[in-house]
Amino acid sequence: MADSVEPPPLFENVDMKREEAEDDDLFESAVQSQPSANLCLEEDGHDLLNGDSDIGEEIDKLMLNDKSEMENVPINNQSTIATPTMEEVEAEGGDQFIEITITEPQKVGDGMGAYMAYRVLTHTNMPFFKKREFAVMRRFSDFLGLHDKLTEKYLKVGRIIPPAPEKNVIGKAKIKMAQSEQAGNGSDFIERRRAALERYLRRTSQHPVLIVDPDFREFLECDIELPKATNTSALSGAGVMRFINKVGETVNKITYKMEETDPWFENKLVHVEGLENQLRKLHYNVEAMVSYRKELANLTNGVSRSAAMLSVCEDHNLLSRALSQLADTEEKVEAVHMEQANTDFYILCEMLKDYLGLLGSVRDAFHERTKMFQLWQHSQQMLTKKREAKAKLELQGRTDKVDQAGVEVIEWEAKVERSQESFDRISKMIKLEMDRFEKCRIQDFKVTFIKYLENHMEHQAQLVKYWDDFLPEAKAIA
Amino acid sequence: MGDRVMGDDGTVSLTDNSLIVDISDALSEKDKVKFTVHTRTTLKNFNKPEFHVVRQHEEFIWLHDRYEENPVYAGYIIPPPPPRPNFDASREKLQRLGEGEGTMTKEEFNKMKQELEAEYLATFKKTVAMHEVFLTRLASHVMFREDEHLHVFLEFDQDLCARPRGRFQQFGGFVKSLGSTTDQYYLNVTVRDVHDFFEKQMNSLTEYHGKLKEGTVKTDKMTEKHKEVADSYIKISGGLVQLANIDPGPLDKYLMKVADGFEKARKLESRVASDEDLKLADTLRYYMRDSQAAMALLVRRLKCLATYEAANRALERARQKNKDIHAAEKAQTEACERFDSISTQAKEELLDFKTRRLHAFRKSLIELAELEIKHARTQQDLFKKSLQNLQELM
Repeated sequence: MADSVEPPPLFENVDMKREEAEDDDLFESAVQSQPSANLCLEEDGHDLLNGDSDIGEEIDKLMLNDKSEMENVPINNQSTIATPTMEEVEAEGGDQFIEITITEPQKVGDGMGAYMAYRVLTHTNMPFFKKREFAVMRRFSDFLGLHDKLTEKYLKVGRIIPPAPEKNVIGKAKIKMAQSEQAGNGSDFIERRRAALERYLRRTSQHPVLIVDPDFREFLECDIELPKATNTSALSGAGVMRFINKVGETVNKITYKMEETDPWFENKLVHVEGLENQLRKLHYNVEAMVSYRKELANLTNGVSRSAAMLSVCEDHNLLSRALSQLADTEEKVEAVHMEQANTDFYILCEMLKDYLGLLGSVRDAFHERTKMFQLWQHSQQMLTKKREAKAKLELQGRTDKVDQAGVEVIEWEAKVERSQESFDRISKMIKLEMDRFEKCRIQDFKVTFIKYLENHMEHQAQLVKYWDDFLPEAKAIA
Repeated sequence: MGDRVMGDDGTVSLTDNSLIVDISDALSEKDKVKFTVHTRTTLKNFNKPEFHVVRQHEEFIWLHDRYEENPVYAGYIIPPPPPRPNFDASREKLQRLGEGEGTMTKEEFNKMKQELEAEYLATFKKTVAMHEVFLTRLASHVMFREDEHLHVFLEFDQDLCARPRGRFQQFGGFVKSLGSTTDQYYLNVTVRDVHDFFEKQMNSLTEYHGKLKEGTVKTDKMTEKHKEVADSYIKISGGLVQLANIDPGPLDKYLMKVADGFEKARKLESRVASDEDLKLADTLRYYMRDSQAAMALLVRRLKCLATYEAANRALERARQKNKDIHAAEKAQTEACERFDSISTQAKEELLDFKTRRLHAFRKSLIELAELEIKHARTQQDLFKKSLQNLQELM
């Protein structure tokens, strides 16, 4: 069913055929059913809580990392956020988990044709995967392709699909041009992308329906090079089409005002918009803090060097020694500032950004519902027209055409019924999805802030240690 | 930064109350600061035992110049003059804040305003302290405290700087760095220094001064940026509060607690920045200026040496021509004596400078480390407590 391209957005050109396909009840998971969905949601919350256990390990990792890696140390080097699936209902337990990590970005090829490949490693005990542990190499466009496929399949029924990381044309070009793999030459960019891809896969795997999707499973476990998703390229023909569609959609979103019968949706949309505004502002301000802190780290390095130079031309031995120790201390402080900036960024800043994207996906789902509504309204209008046409023909006594008109009326009655059903279904689906989404969001925020504060606290502890070590040196002067 | 020197040479003991000077009040007006200089004394050469006058920055410079140009003090390190009060940066920031008022919530605006006002106040206090230190150093120095210009400065209740600027320089106040750097170059080239010790001192002082200057600039940049980081927390905690307000439910209490944590952390981070400024930057800054004063002393000595060598040559010529020998001899003896005395004095002063520096750095670095530890510990505890609160809300 996923063979059709997303229909052009404008109201008049709605493809009727789509409705027939809807009857399949979609390509939802074979296991999908209402009661299990509800149960799943409860389990969601419980299992996500279990994800906290590895924070201690991460902090140890942070402290042990030597300075050369400091700038690129990702905070989420490894950790778990357990995910349940629908099968749990049958497996009667919350002991199913999946853990996805992305490691070892490698440059493949040379020149403009080169690309980065990422190793996607999965640990799981879910029965529908072929093995318990497996890894594949994927490139960025593969991720985008996966997202496109999932969107095509599931957005129409109102599911909230986690967005894929953004393309960043400039950063990418820098990587391609880079002669060597090391040097700050965009290695920050690579790390940022790696972390974003990891978060994307983890979020997607948290979704009970998406996790069992065959395309998703293939992405994780099939150790073959996936067909190059050429239409994910921004400048391709498909890319241009997508852009046009998107513009059309945006116009539709602005111009079409749906008469809302269910206040739940109106309230939710207002809530979502409010969240978006606040998160946007917060994200902007956290970004500012990150950049200030990075600058602070650099300036601290300047102070360290000055102290070292002073130490050299200071002729009193003990003061000279103390100044040299000060230089060392400031260097360590610089490293802490840098790590804190990384914490600010990878834990806080990127989460906020992710949620801005996710809220966009929420809006997309809401918009699908609006389109369904438009469809339904349209079919009702067509039905009325056909009925009027039939009545007119009857009055005119055109018995030859009346039969045909009658057939059309029946057709449209069926369409009205189906589109209404679809609309009701998508409305229900969205409510379910939002419920799950909100639970995840709340949990995510809580966990993230705790992680952030824990890291911050650790950094302060490091500062205490460094200055504590310095104090006797200062006292030893004279 | 209070330089009550430990070394016994040149200073009066701390328990001596014969001349106590402080700045009891200060007023910031438009673009000038008026300092109320308050004196308590038991010395007979003053009219009253206690009195005060109002002085502006230029008058402090006038006083410094009078010491610098006096040959009697040639062998001493003259305490460096205080820098001119500069509130431009603070004023600019306050103005920018005012312009941006519309873009932030009332709370955020008030907090930022508070921070800037505190900054302004801190700058103000610093300039008062620096002017005060200058005077106390003079008042506690066995030679300097006797100077009549100091007495005039402390007691004369009229404006000292009634004359326009230009005339100062005519009066021989030609002391600024403009003069001394060209002097150094000139003198180093044409006069061979008789004493190795002084040549080494000059070189190392020059280098040291340069490094201190650099250190001061870098530390200033760092503390300013540190303050910026702290201030950035304001918008974040504000944003979290706003988020909590529009997100009723299980998250709002949580977010409020996080916002609270940020706000408390901000205050601590701000303290760290200002303590780094007070303990590290200001120490470097002061000794940058003091080392410059020491270099000025060495330049004066070199000038004296040049005079002495010139007198020697003059004496030789006089002997050859057999004319005015007596006068030449007298001049030469005087020059020699002056040079010797300045050299001896200078040596002591340089040693003293070293000791002063040592103690000041020691004190400042210890205080710096202790404060850093204190603030970091407090932040650590703050986060621990926040985490406990948040875990309860989970």
